[in-house]
Amino acid sequence: MKKKRILTGIITVIIAAGLLLSGCAGSKEATKTSAGKEPYKIGAVIDISGSSSSLGVPEKNTLQMLADKVNAAGGINGHPLVLTILDNKSDETEAVLAVKKLIDQEKVLAVLGCSASGTSMSMIDTVQKEKVPMISLAASSKIVEPVQERQWVFKTAQSDIVTINKLMSYLKEKGLTNVAFLYMNNAYGDGGRIAFTAAAQAGGVEIVAEEKFEATDKDMTPQLTRVKTSGAQAAVVWAIPPSASIITRNFKDLNMGIPLLHSHGVGNQNFIDLAQGAADGVILPIGKLIVADQIPDSDPQKKVLNTYIEEYSKKYNSPPNSFGGYAWDGFYLLVNALEKAGADRAAIRDVLEKTQGFSGVSGVFNMSASDHNGLNEDSMVMVQIENGKWKLLK
Amino acid sequence: MDLSSQLLQLLFSGLTLGSIYSLIALALVTTFNITGVLNLAQGEFVALGALLAASLYTAGLPLAAAFLVSVALIAALGALVERAAIYPARESSALTLIIITVGLSISLRGLALLLWGTDPVSLPAFSSGGPLLVGGASVNLQTLWILGMAAVTMAVLNIFFELTYTGKAVRACVINRTAALLVGINPGAMSLMAFAGSGAIGAAAGIFITPVTLATYDMGFMLGVKGFVAAAIGGMHNIRGAVLGGFILGILEVYSAGLVSSGLKDAVALVVLLAMLMLRPEGLLAASGRKV
Repeated sequence: MKKKRILTGIITVIIAAGLLLSGCAGSKEATKTSAGKEPYKIGAVIDISGSSSSLGVPEKNTLQMLADKVNAAGGINGHPLVLTILDNKSDETEAVLAVKKLIDQEKVLAVLGCSASGTSMSMIDTVQKEKVPMISLAASSKIVEPVQERQWVFKTAQSDIVTINKLMSYLKEKGLTNVAFLYMNNAYGDGGRIAFTAAAQAGGVEIVAEEKFEATDKDMTPQLTRVKTSGAQAAVVWAIPPSASIITRNFKDLNMGIPLLHSHGVGNQNFIDLAQGAADGVILPIGKLIVADQIPDSDPQKKVLNTYIEEYSKKYNSPPNSFGGYAWDGFYLLVNALEKAGADRAAIRDVLEKTQGFSGVSGVFNMSASDHNGLNEDSMVMVQIENGKWKLLK
Repeated sequence: MDLSSQLLQLLFSGLTLGSIYSLIALALVTTFNITGVLNLAQGEFVALGALLAASLYTAGLPLAAAFLVSVALIAALGALVERAAIYPARESSALTLIIITVGLSISLRGLALLLWGTDPVSLPAFSSGGPLLVGGASVNLQTLWILGMAAVTMAVLNIFFELTYTGKAVRACVINRTAALLVGINPGAMSLMAFAGSGAIGAAAGIFITPVTLATYDMGFMLGVKGFVAAAIGGMHNIRGAVLGGFILGILEVYSAGLVSSGLKDAVALVVLLAMLMLRPEGLLAASGRKV
């Protein structure tokens, strides 16, 4: 009898744990309009929990907000939009399972996601095989290259190479030719390392120290002491919070005395808050959203940026960030394609590939058969953090 | 930066990391010795304590009050967990009990995710001021707080086990549960106390490290694993061994990352663990021959 009771106890605990986890695993946004037309089903696989959640949460918020907005306005050509958002828990395996579920069970027309490069890469095989258009929200250029093996894959975040070219021109302008490169040991950091190494060789910048750290590391002092002995004139860090915040604090504690440059991966307020004052002075290339109030009115993105900021702030009581912006771009690229192509996956893909002059949050997109990102260096600006605020450089 | 100040800098960094691992190992070993349960949910106590204190602090409580309230609540949670999940299964095998703690760990992490979401949170450093400069190396002031806390906790536990009546009763339960029952000691009460105590130690450790490491809902798992490795290196039956194991692990990780290659960090720790388990499975300090 006792054994049985214990067994029941264990099972209860396991079921309770399962319920707790699944409770936050996914949410369905299925607002149907009264129009009788067949709904357009689209899916999103986002890193809502886990190590990339600082990217995924604003993306999920943005997608939900926009889906509501489109449906409130009568849907797409009268077709209601059904958006299913799944959480991949920042895990590659979960991402593959989620995208299979969206394609097999939900029969979605296209997929948005994931938030991070690693999780995005993991879905490519599936969407290529099933011939489903996918728009990734992550940075690594490997997601859309080589294009002949990525016919169905697009992405909205500026590719590493765009960011790095921007960064490289800044370094050369300031005469910083000996630099240290530190990166987090995952697909994002590695993508940055490969692109940075190539760009440095081409641009005459020497990498005098190259260090990596784990996303879960709590102290990067060892890596930074190696940078300190290397004689670098500047340090470039390729990481996202919280590890990006921790390394920034270590950098200040160690009194490094050289400029600290980050990637666009730290483009949210969370990074500044967690660095607790250590972020002041950090320089990074980033999309224009974060300094929307400082860019000239003549900029083609100004109107889009202001509308997005206004709507997001109103709904979620906090300003949006560039990650939410990647979701905004992905969503409207897809909505535009659905408007023109209707419920046909191949036609959606073709329209996406022909996107020209689309002013989004991350930049002006000009896609082509050889470029499935469509952004160039003009989509980025250099900013510096001053007193906990983003400031446009020159 | 010359080699000697680089070595010194790495030592300080290793001590910080080591003291974090030591505190977790300490709590793990204490529960293990009193109840015979390897509490794999120990890391979650650390995470919950840190998150709770950060919320209380944000809500306007002074740092010290947030610390005390959070430690008290997590101790209560530890006691609740023991009564709800461990006590009803107290007669089952050690394996069953460990599986129960795995379930607890997943549940508590899910709870933290629901309550706090996924964004990292932070607490201000306990004392203001920049890092101290010692021989060309810089030491974060919070490191000293963490080291101090590890020392105080270890001393208090030592006094408790060696000098108090209750502490001796606890040790009696470890040595022989039935004999302890016969002389009128209630092992159930001791187990309750052990879980409440390890909850408190875990929460306190979490709060002390948050200004350095930040707190996330899923920080507990990694810390639990590292704490377990530290305890295994030092010997599961010995608090001093657990502390020593924590420092060895922290310093090894940092020196291999700083002097050899940053990619080697976790590999070196695991190689040392494997070597320990093969060459000296009873742990470094087991030669003293007595438990706790």
